[in-house]
Amino acid sequence: MQYIHLAILWPLIGLLVNGLFGRHLPRKLVGFVGCFSVFLSFMVSLYAFVMYLGSQTLGLFGEYEYYILPWIEVADLKINYGFLVDPLSLLMALTVSLVSFLVHVYSLGYMADDDGYSRFFAYLNLFVAMMLTLVLANNLVLMFIGWEGVGLSSYLLIGFWYRRKAAADAGMKAFVVNRLGDFAFLIGIFLTFWFLHNMRFTALRAELSGPTEYGPYLFTAIALFLFVGAIGKSAQFPLHVWLPDAMEGPTPVSALIHAATMVTAGVYMVCRLNFLFTWSSFALLVIAFLGGFTAIFAASIALVQNDIKRVLAYSTISQLGYMFLAAGLGAFWIAIFHLFTHAFFKSLLFLSAGSVIHGVRGEQDMRKMGGLARYMPQTYWNFLIGAMAISGIPLLAGFFSKDAILFAAFQAKPELIPSAGTILWIVGIATALLTAFYMFRQVYMVFLTPPRFEESELRPHEVSWVMLVPLWLLSIGSVFGGYLALPALFRLPNLLGPFLQRTLALGTEKSAEELHRASDLLREGLLMGVSVVLVLAGVGLAYYLYRVRWGVTKRLKRMFATPYRLLVNKYYVDELYDAAVVTPGRTFAAAVDEVVDRGVVDGLVNLVAFVVGAFGQLLRPLQTGFVRNYAWYVGSGAVALVIILWLVRG
Amino acid sequence: MNALELWVFVPIGVLAVIGAAGLVAARNPIHSALFLLLNLLSLAAIFLILWSPLMAALQIIVYAGAIMVLFIFVILFFVRPRQVHTMSYSLPLMYALGALLAVSVLGVVLFALYQGGLFNPALPAAAQVEAATSISSPSTLGRGLFSRYLLPFELTSVLLLVAMLGAVVMTRGEPGDGSSREDSAEEAD
Amino acid sequence: MERVVAYSLILSGVLFSMGVLGVMIRRHPLVMFMCIELMLNAANLAFVAFARHVGEVSGQIYALIVMAVAAAEVAVGLAIIVAVYRHRMDVDIDDVSSLRG
Repeated sequence: MQYIHLAILWPLIGLLVNGLFGRHLPRKLVGFVGCFSVFLSFMVSLYAFVMYLGSQTLGLFGEYEYYILPWIEVADLKINYGFLVDPLSLLMALTVSLVSFLVHVYSLGYMADDDGYSRFFAYLNLFVAMMLTLVLANNLVLMFIGWEGVGLSSYLLIGFWYRRKAAADAGMKAFVVNRLGDFAFLIGIFLTFWFLHNMRFTALRAELSGPTEYGPYLFTAIALFLFVGAIGKSAQFPLHVWLPDAMEGPTPVSALIHAATMVTAGVYMVCRLNFLFTWSSFALLVIAFLGGFTAIFAASIALVQNDIKRVLAYSTISQLGYMFLAAGLGAFWIAIFHLFTHAFFKSLLFLSAGSVIHGVRGEQDMRKMGGLARYMPQTYWNFLIGAMAISGIPLLAGFFSKDAILFAAFQAKPELIPSAGTILWIVGIATALLTAFYMFRQVYMVFLTPPRFEESELRPHEVSWVMLVPLWLLSIGSVFGGYLALPALFRLPNLLGPFLQRTLALGTEKSAEELHRASDLLREGLLMGVSVVLVLAGVGLAYYLYRVRWGVTKRLKRMFATPYRLLVNKYYVDELYDAAVVTPGRTFAAAVDEVVDRGVVDGLVNLVAFVVGAFGQLLRPLQTGFVRNYAWYVGSGAVALVIILWLVRG
Repeated sequence: MNALELWVFVPIGVLAVIGAAGLVAARNPIHSALFLLLNLLSLAAIFLILWSPLMAALQIIVYAGAIMVLFIFVILFFVRPRQVHTMSYSLPLMYALGALLAVSVLGVVLFALYQGGLFNPALPAAAQVEAATSISSPSTLGRGLFSRYLLPFELTSVLLLVAMLGAVVMTRGEPGDGSSREDSAEEAD
Repeated sequence: MERVVAYSLILSGVLFSMGVLGVMIRRHPLVMFMCIELMLNAANLAFVAFARHVGEVSGQIYALIVMAVAAAEVAVGLAIIVAVYRHRMDVDIDDVSSLRG
């Protein structure tokens, strides 16, 4: 297992090659280097995964931890470039590298005509390396390096078309909002070190497995600080505002970074540190409720969005809320399970949306699309599979992971608020209804309604095979990804649950077997039925409004004008921030600029310059430029020195 | 012995001073150069009196031979006769300041010598005869040069090499302008 | 101290001062340069005189090294003067004053 860091190394090499020499290399070579380095990384992850499973069958279960280089050694602070190989990190590394590879291949087609071809692949490689660092790190500090690294590459890629002001602004917004979360995350790390004197996950877990000298308040504080970091990175309310704007980046970036991988880092972090979070049931409840709230909040906004990518962005926020809901209820492995399936169907949806945008030459407004199923059938089918998977149509990936979450919520009886599980179940199932509705609204608006564009002018076309192949591969994942963890109802083995529970078993969560006791089977089946009915209702509503009664939505908008305006304006969160933070901040900065910067700082600098200049003017006549004068100064100086020496020494 | 030395020393010293004075005073640089040559040769003779025959030889070869020839070449090639007369003495103030500096330097040196017991016979010299044979022999000098003073000696050779390269680089004409040297030589005539 | 050594040192001081005077009052760069050579020679004379006084060869070696340094200095200095001549067609040292503050 001591080769897993190679998975990080290859994309770094790709970054060096493309970043340093990409401009002078032929485009084909640039694309090959970009994709192949990630492919190698995928192969390393896959090999490690297979070898790990093999060692498990031999009864050699364990965690492999090693380091390649020492890094910081100050007093009792010892941090190495160390990596941890366990089921969680292996599954994450595999998912990340696989989706990254497919997105890289897709980008070959999507970015084919872009000027910044090599820059794009260099950034993407940087992202893959940093994301793998994040998931493979064996200590919090190295994880933070990856955390900031993916933030950096996200910033670079959102603002990839930096000549467009909206893109540059969106990159800035993502960066600044993430800083807020990262600041809290750092404080959480400092607190962890201050009180627990360790940064390594395994050591922390060992320390926290027994009784500690600290009460629950400390762990609540640490957990909440860390969770604020996760809020920023995973775009949860109230720090979700950067993610919809991040859609200004190229669509493969939205698929990879802002849907499948980077934004799930927060969920990963909470699950990785589950042994710490479980010490504070209050913090866990906060996580669960915030996740549930974000899920339904973002889903409601997604109902009325018209930008094809923004719908998906809000959907991502909503699904991430699901994951936090699960993690907050102690069902960590289910959160990771949903993360895993979500990575497939959400990147599938984004890439299909990218194909649509590519096919209609850059148009992103769904009101100007329609009927595209005829022009791009393969894209249509892929998008449909993705939509069905995320909505929870039975037997697709999202169905299983979402139902696992809902079931866990229904079962959960947190100590502080025993009814929390039921409340969150209702929230979750309502979100499922909304999700089914807005996804199929999108399917109808984009693919099945009457066309709303000049056909002869636009000439929509299917995209090239290099973009379609990744779509089909992701479709396979979206269809079958859920079969890794079948509910007990199906009487088939649950593969993923026990595997992940090796590392995530600690805490209040019941084990997978216990969760699926026979007496629960009936209840599970009933719940599943309820959610299927609601999902189908959502789909049916979309069918009715956007297919049967096409055009009726205009009337509905007039009837429900106030709630509609609220949703279209995203609950005015951005406006609130503008009024509460941005405008006062600008005013304050302007005042500081006027008084402190131009007055005090510039004044001091000018004063220094003036003093030096005055002395210069004073001494200027000495610099006659005549050699003899200089010689005279030297000679006189020598004579004066000798005389002074005599006088001093007598 | 002492008296004879002084009989020889004093006229030669006078010659050396005459050479230096001529160097400073002559209007024509070529005359200055010739006066300097006189001075250098007198110093060579004084080196002989001071039991340093090798230094005397080197003084003639290096200074009188090589360096002065270089000076005279440069004067002949580059100084136009017209300019010989236009350049003369500096501003009166500088003149006074220069004289002041020169006098004060001389004063400092003489005072230092006086303080150091210049005419104090009590300040013993090394035993005469052995010292004479010892320090006047080139082999002693050579031994010192290659043992105790090896490093400075080698550094000096590096310095000479660098200076040679520097001189070559600086006097080379503009790149690609092969005619500049001839041009300036003609104009110098 | 022996007479001849004492006189040599006095002569050395006189020559050095004359060199200083020459550097101060002459405008011709070559003459100034020769005056510097005169100063170096005066120093050499002192070295050699002290060598005799001490009865040890070190002073002569210093003088020898000074001589080598002087040779290097002349090579470079003359090269500079030649370059300036060629560049400006001009010989007055006081016109070479682009360092003026």
